[in-house]
Order: sequence, then structure tokens, then C-alpha cells
Amino acid sequence: MALDKPYEDVPGTTIFDADMARKGFHLNQFCMSLMKAGNRDAFRADERAYLDQWPMTEAQKQAVLDRDYNRMMALGGNIYFLAKIFSSDGISFQAAAATMTGMSQAEYAQMMLDGGRSPQGNMYKEDK
Amino acid sequence: MAKITAGVCTSHVPAIGAAIDNGKTGDDYWRPMFAGYEYSKQWIAEQKPDVILLVYNDHASAFDSNLVPTFAIATGEEFKPADEGWGPRPVPNVKGHPTLASHIAQSVIQDEFDLTIVNNLDVDHGLTVPLSLLFGQPSEWPCRVIPIAVNVVLYPPPSGKRCYALGKALRRAVESFDDNLNVQVWGTGGMSHQLQGPRAGLINQEFDNDFLDRIVDDAEALAQVPHINYVREAGSEGIELVMWLIARGALNDKVTLKHRFYHVPASNTAVGHLVLENS
Ligand SMILES: [Fe+2]
Repeated sequence: MALDKPYEDVPGTTIFDADMARKGFHLNQFCMSLMKAGNRDAFRADERAYLDQWPMTEAQKQAVLDRDYNRMMALGGNIYFLAKIFSSDGISFQAAAATMTGMSQAEYAQMMLDGGRSPQGNMYKEDK
Repeated sequence: MAKITAGVCTSHVPAIGAAIDNGKTGDDYWRPMFAGYEYSKQWIAEQKPDVILLVYNDHASAFDSNLVPTFAIATGEEFKPADEGWGPRPVPNVKGHPTLASHIAQSVIQDEFDLTIVNNLDVDHGLTVPLSLLFGQPSEWPCRVIPIAVNVVLYPPPSGKRCYALGKALRRAVESFDDNLNVQVWGTGGMSHQLQGPRAGLINQEFDNDFLDRIVDDAEALAQVPHINYVREAGSEGIELVMWLIARGALNDKVTLKHRFYHVPASNTAVGHLVLENS
């Protein structure tokens, strides 16, 4: 019997469950390697060559090269692991989050100052 | 006998740590948030705890996909701040309390909570930001800290109910330790926030304020709220709030609310903060 996933009807949200963790294992472990300054330097020097050292799928590697965080999450990445990529890029959590929403960084920052994204209409997929 | 005297609950947003480390606490953006911690800084200077049981979650810093303990207690002597991708925070190393931590580990396992025991542990913003918020920027942290790490990254995290019960087991463990120690328990993380996907930036002030009300006076019922409610209503990362229930479970059924603070935003997140004393 398949496991119950009651969170699948939450819009715009990926829950990092066992299936996603299995899919994203090597992508996430690559991210962890960026916690060492020497590895960050090697990654910056030649991103493609660095990624090729990891048994990741081509789609995962391309999503990293494109800094497409929604795509990385669809391929099993988890935001706290992916944070190592944008931290290596010197980008803040807020700027990285903005890239996932289709808003500009300025629009996103203003939304947060105005109290954040409202839960109204954002709790169920059918609300959308 | 060691005694739990008080609890502190607080968000642990990494940008708060960066604001402290980079001298930005007086900026217009940050000043109102840090003002909410002024009372608590004075309060803790008077309380002088000997040990803090600091409940937090590791954000893929010490634990990666290779090893995911649901609950872990750190029994080591000393813990370094983690390099989370931009270099370690310039804060002092955290000194543990190996004898109390080992006593707690043995006690709660015999009390049917099968904790993982860890010795070498680099502690990330989840643990160091709350220390900075309460203690500022000392050259040494003024007390011992026992890190208690909770998995809230890989689904499923432990339920609120299980967290609340763990708090009760921690209390029994502390109270069976012979040395006279003033022990506090802190629960960190939250409040509503979502860091990922098209719904990033979600904040739910109504949910958060209801949580702040109920964790004081109605904690046992609050602990029954299931995971899906946190995710749906408070954002995918709002689930961190279950860690507050561990701290609350370790306190008396009746507590005195000494301080309450709520502020939006700190980066992507709603900041909540409570100071509770055992009455
Ligand atoms: Fe967190």
C-alpha cells in the first residue's frame, strides 16, 4: 500500500519526503561538499568539472548550472542543502527564495515588509 | 538536585545572526526586531543559568542525507560553529556539559525515548542565533549548552505530541541529576515561514499568534496539531515550531509568561519569542 501524502494538495510546495530524498541523494551530498572553502573554490573554478565528479543525473547538473532552484527541488534537492549553493554564490536566503517565486528580488522583499504572502488562497491547490 | 527553572522560545533565522555579526542591529530594518529581545537579555543576566538544554534543528550542516537522527543529544565537551557555506559565524565555541548530557541520554532512553548520541557536532545558526539573541556578543558564552537536535528537514519529523512528551522525559532526567544546577530549556525555530518554491514568503500571523497564546496555557491540546496543519497554514518550514513543544513539555503545567514578542519580517520569516518561568 502506498504511503499517505496529505501534503500533496498544498500549492507551490515540495515536501522533502523519503521518495524525494532518494531521488536527490547525490545532488544533496554534492551541496554538502560546498561547506568546505577549498571545495567552493574548486566549484567556482570549473563548475561543470566539479559536478562531473558526482553521480548526479544530467538534469540535476544542468539545474545547478542554471541555478534553477525549483527544478533542483523537483529533482530531489532540499532547500537547506541547496542553500550551500547560493551561500557559495554570496546570495542571501531572501534573494534565493525570490528566484523561486517568479517575483523580482525587490518585489519579494516588499511583499515580506508588507507582512509576507497571505495564507488566504494559498493553502489548497484548488484555491489557485 | 538539578532543576529546570525557565524556558525560552525563539526563532533562529540565519539573517539575524548575520545582522549581529555585521553590526547591523541598529539599522531601520533590524532595530524593531532586536528591541523585542532587550527584556530577555536583562532577564537572563539575572537568571544566570548553569546549563541550557537547547533544542534546535540542524539545517543540513552536521547531519546530511547520510545520517538523519530524529532526536539527537550532544554529549561532547565543546562544539564549533558550523561553516554553512559562507564561513563559520564569528562566535565562541559552545561548551557542553558531558556529565549531565550523558545522564540525560541514559535516563530518557530508559524512559522509552531512543535518542541518538553524538559527540563531535558542529552547531549551525539554529543553535548559535538564539545564543546571540539572548547573550549578545561575549568572548565566551556565559553557561554550558547541551544541544538537542531534532529532524525537521526530512519528512516525517516527530509529531508535536511526541515532542511534548520528550520534554517531559527531559525534565524527569534533569531532576534525577544530583548536582545543584539551574537548568533552562530552550525551544527554537519558526514561526511561520516557507523558504522554497512558488509559495515562498508565506506568513500566517493569525496562526502564529494563536500558537503563542496556546503554548502558554493550552500546550497539551496544541501538541495534538498534526504536521499537515503546520505545512498548510504556517509554511513548509513552519514545522520547526514543534521544537517549542519540547521546551514547553519540560516546564510545569502552569507557567508564568514573563515576555512575549512577535515581529514580521526577518528576511523570509515571522519572529516569535517567549520567556516562560516555572511558577
Ligand atoms: Fe531553522
